[in-house]
Amino acid sequence: MTKDIRGTTRNHISRRHVLAALGTGASVVAMPWIARAADDTIRIGFPTPLTGPFAAEAKDQVKSAELAVKQFNDKGGVNGRKVELLVRDDKLNGGEAATRTLELIEKDKVHAIVGSLSSAVQLAVNEVTRARGVLYVSISQSDTINEVKDFSKYTFHEALNPTMTAGAVARHAFKKGTKVAHLVADYAYGHEMLRGFKRAQAAIGAETVGEIMHPFGAADYSTFMPRLRSMRADVLCISNFGRDQANSIKQAVDFGLKQQSRIVVPVLLHNQRLAVSPEVFEGVVGGSNYYWGLESQLPSAKAFNDAYRAANSGAIPTDYGAYGYTGVSSLLQAMQVAGGTDTDKVIAALEALKYDVAKGPQYYRKCDHQSVQSVLVLESKKKADMKSDSDLFSILANDAPSEDVLRSCTELGFPT
Amino acid sequence: MTSPALAVPPSASMRRSVRFKSLMTKYRVPLSILALCLLPWLLPSKALAVNVLIYGVVAVGYNLLFGYTGLLSFGHAAFVGTGAYITGIAIGQFGVPWYLAVLMGVIGGALLAFIMGALSTRTRGIYFSMVTLALAQLVYYVALQTPSWTGGENGLRGFTVNKINLFGFEINFLDPVNKYYVLMVFAALALWLVSRILNSPFGAAIEAIRENERRARTCGYNVERTKLLSFTLSGTICALGGTMSALHLAFVPLDSLHYLSSGMIVMMTLLGGASSFFGPFIGALVFLVMEDVFSLWTSHWQIIVGSIFVLFVLFLPKGIWGTFLTRVMR
Amino acid sequence: MDTELILMQLFSGVALGAILVITALGLSIIFGMLGVVNFAHGALFMVGAYAGLWVASLTGSFWWGLIVAPIMIGAFGMLIEYVLIRPLYGRSIDDPLLLTFGLSYVLVEGVRIVFGSDGIPFPTPSSLTGVVDLGVGFFPIYRIFVVGVVFLVVVLLWLGLEKTKFGLIVRAGARDPTMMKVLGVDISKVWLLVFGLGVGLASLGGVLSGPMRSVNPEMGALVLAEAFVVTVIGGLGSLLGSIVAGLLVGVVISMTALFAPEMATIVMFALMAIVLLIRPQGLFGKLA
Repeated sequence: MTKDIRGTTRNHISRRHVLAALGTGASVVAMPWIARAADDTIRIGFPTPLTGPFAAEAKDQVKSAELAVKQFNDKGGVNGRKVELLVRDDKLNGGEAATRTLELIEKDKVHAIVGSLSSAVQLAVNEVTRARGVLYVSISQSDTINEVKDFSKYTFHEALNPTMTAGAVARHAFKKGTKVAHLVADYAYGHEMLRGFKRAQAAIGAETVGEIMHPFGAADYSTFMPRLRSMRADVLCISNFGRDQANSIKQAVDFGLKQQSRIVVPVLLHNQRLAVSPEVFEGVVGGSNYYWGLESQLPSAKAFNDAYRAANSGAIPTDYGAYGYTGVSSLLQAMQVAGGTDTDKVIAALEALKYDVAKGPQYYRKCDHQSVQSVLVLESKKKADMKSDSDLFSILANDAPSEDVLRSCTELGFPT
Repeated sequence: MTSPALAVPPSASMRRSVRFKSLMTKYRVPLSILALCLLPWLLPSKALAVNVLIYGVVAVGYNLLFGYTGLLSFGHAAFVGTGAYITGIAIGQFGVPWYLAVLMGVIGGALLAFIMGALSTRTRGIYFSMVTLALAQLVYYVALQTPSWTGGENGLRGFTVNKINLFGFEINFLDPVNKYYVLMVFAALALWLVSRILNSPFGAAIEAIRENERRARTCGYNVERTKLLSFTLSGTICALGGTMSALHLAFVPLDSLHYLSSGMIVMMTLLGGASSFFGPFIGALVFLVMEDVFSLWTSHWQIIVGSIFVLFVLFLPKGIWGTFLTRVMR
Repeated sequence: MDTELILMQLFSGVALGAILVITALGLSIIFGMLGVVNFAHGALFMVGAYAGLWVASLTGSFWWGLIVAPIMIGAFGMLIEYVLIRPLYGRSIDDPLLLTFGLSYVLVEGVRIVFGSDGIPFPTPSSLTGVVDLGVGFFPIYRIFVVGVVFLVVVLLWLGLEKTKFGLIVRAGARDPTMMKVLGVDISKVWLLVFGLGVGLASLGGVLSGPMRSVNPEMGALVLAEAFVVTVIGGLGSLLGSIVAGLLVGVVISMTALFAPEMATIVMFALMAIVLLIRPQGLFGKLA
């Protein structure tokens, strides 16, 4: 840097330029809106973490969402209007997701947003869409988004929430008098799952013998193991997600905790199970929104699987991926009913919609727009019992949709 | 073990183009502002342009400490995040008007910078970098553990600014163009302020410390106080960037406090060129545009961005703007 | 709190510390000898784990993976030094830092392209599965094996640096490279080998971690932070420092996990801040 020794002139200029800039700004504000794109394509923005630890789930989400769009377009679109899916990488970061959503709304003029794969990201998208009155179908687990503080009348929550997931798992894994030790990731998702389990435990009469909060994103769990072992629980309940889950279960098994307790998790993920060997997960019980094995008992699951296989050279749809399908399908069905993309009409249509596209009947509860749906409880199979590489789980239970497993509207803070 | 020489931006090579350079320096603020006015119409989206403004301010503020004082901090995300959190909390939980919330965010960031600076400037070299990193991680942890204030891992929300009142005019702040030009005023102020600081005797002092701390001390500079002041000013500018991002996104992600965000600020600065006033801003621009454009092409965009970094270090170590200034403009 | 649990926790801490030592050694050696802050350390750790997995799946034996992968990746490290780092000597310390940062992006994404973004299972070798009763509690055999390997590596390193001619040259080169050149030593060859050694150690850490943690492209990110903390607490460039600091951090994490488990990660950073504020050059570092 060379030094310069001027003071006053530069100040004048800069001040003048600040004013000029303000002027430019004001004149631009006065400019008329650039006309919306003339074509009548229905555009749906789809932010999802294509990079990062959940890239596999994100790619499955995209494939499922694209299938839903393709099916509508093959039938001639929504009331004759073609549908287009605009996929964006949110990098699993709330700030990034908010920016991408702003771009989708402001530049691409999307009619609705579907997507997200983390609680924080979905709340960021929710914040942006709520302020701008844009429809949003969120497809990631969260209890927070149901609560009145974050409620947006434009947002519909297609994914399961921790209360219903943990509740279903608890009802099938715990009995009266079961001693439960909790290992919980210390962030919103973990806390919400823990609350869900404890709520169910209270009803069942299962006892909590210990509770350990572990740092979110930890790689080593060895230092928690001695204490977990000393709790001598019947069930070790591990409320974390993704990589944390894989690492903590693996290490619990290494430390021989499986001999002592049954391992239960809120959510079993198809792709994360594949990332760890079947021996580690053998016998682990957890919840899910979708498993391809449903096809033997459910025609809509069979239809979804077949269409998905045909579109993706024989691959099967996975849990978080399926949200992409059910979420986009419900939105497009509502648009069909509403006769277009008029936001208020689509909201009314979504609130009245009964849909069954992959996992049995579903509908959105009026007060918090939570999708009332079935919850699966799965058990990870022994390697010897697996009939194919994707035959990972057996279905222990398929809880029918019911509002009783949700927190009530009053509990969430909605006026009754 | 040799002591790590920190950030010595080359200065000799630039003296050749003294005239042009002095012109550039003389008009750097007005030129910058002109460029800023055009920015949203040149970039793929307005939201991206606002991000460039924000990170441009952050990087320029960061460079006050890094490029000009020669201290490599890995903790500046703490100031960006604190500015953003305080603004968001002030608006969302206390109903403070947005401009006061911005002021509070900046003051809060400045206070934190003062404290962190007082602790960390006692150490040197890579140890300084590590102390800043550790202290910033503590801030991250505090934000994670106080969800009733910060929203924890879910991020802070519930403080969308829809409209702002400017000299009697009501402006729709959700409109991206309005938002850009309002925030641009803040960015321009920040650039002007940094430019002003660099041209003051204080600016000479920090550069003297960067070039040779012992000599600066012998010359009678109070090195400790100057470093602390530089740290605080730098943190303050970054906090302003944070408050701007809070207004922009109406959301504060917890990640904004993470050390990886600090790393990103360093990378932007180096990419643009730490030896020049406007380099860090260019770095932020190029970094964000690369991410935006490449991530649309391929989910493997990181391999492209990473390779570009590697090639830059090998062949253009002065950064984009530094190279431009020395080569093209000679 | 009963004594058994505390003893067990201490032991877990030491075992964790040993793992931290192996992750930090490579970083420490490269910085100490070359003055290069290797930001790709975590990524190379991860690449090492994948290489180990790959070799193990080709040969059907974990042991081949454990031996071959570090040599392979160490050689790759030498290539990196020769092609990418060498042109940067004499420039500011930020340049290798930025370059290796960019390199880590490339490595992580490269692994994602080749092996997919999901993790891959890395089973514990069957001869080392199971737990052993320590009298105060049970501990996985594999982790005890890892502690043994780390001990062996540390002893070999110490012997190599203190008792061989090469070690003498390396230590002298770290202190005064110019003098070594004057004395007719080809210092660039030494640096090449040291960089390869550092990277080889990183990848050995990766292979050893494979059966304990899941193997995935992001596994290096946390390791990088851990390695930095340990190296800095110990005093950059000090081998003894890294070892003491690694064990110290392990025990501190473990004790925190007992009393305030949610703070188990942050305590590492807090410890670093405290150490540096009291002793700015780290525990065993020399003042610059």
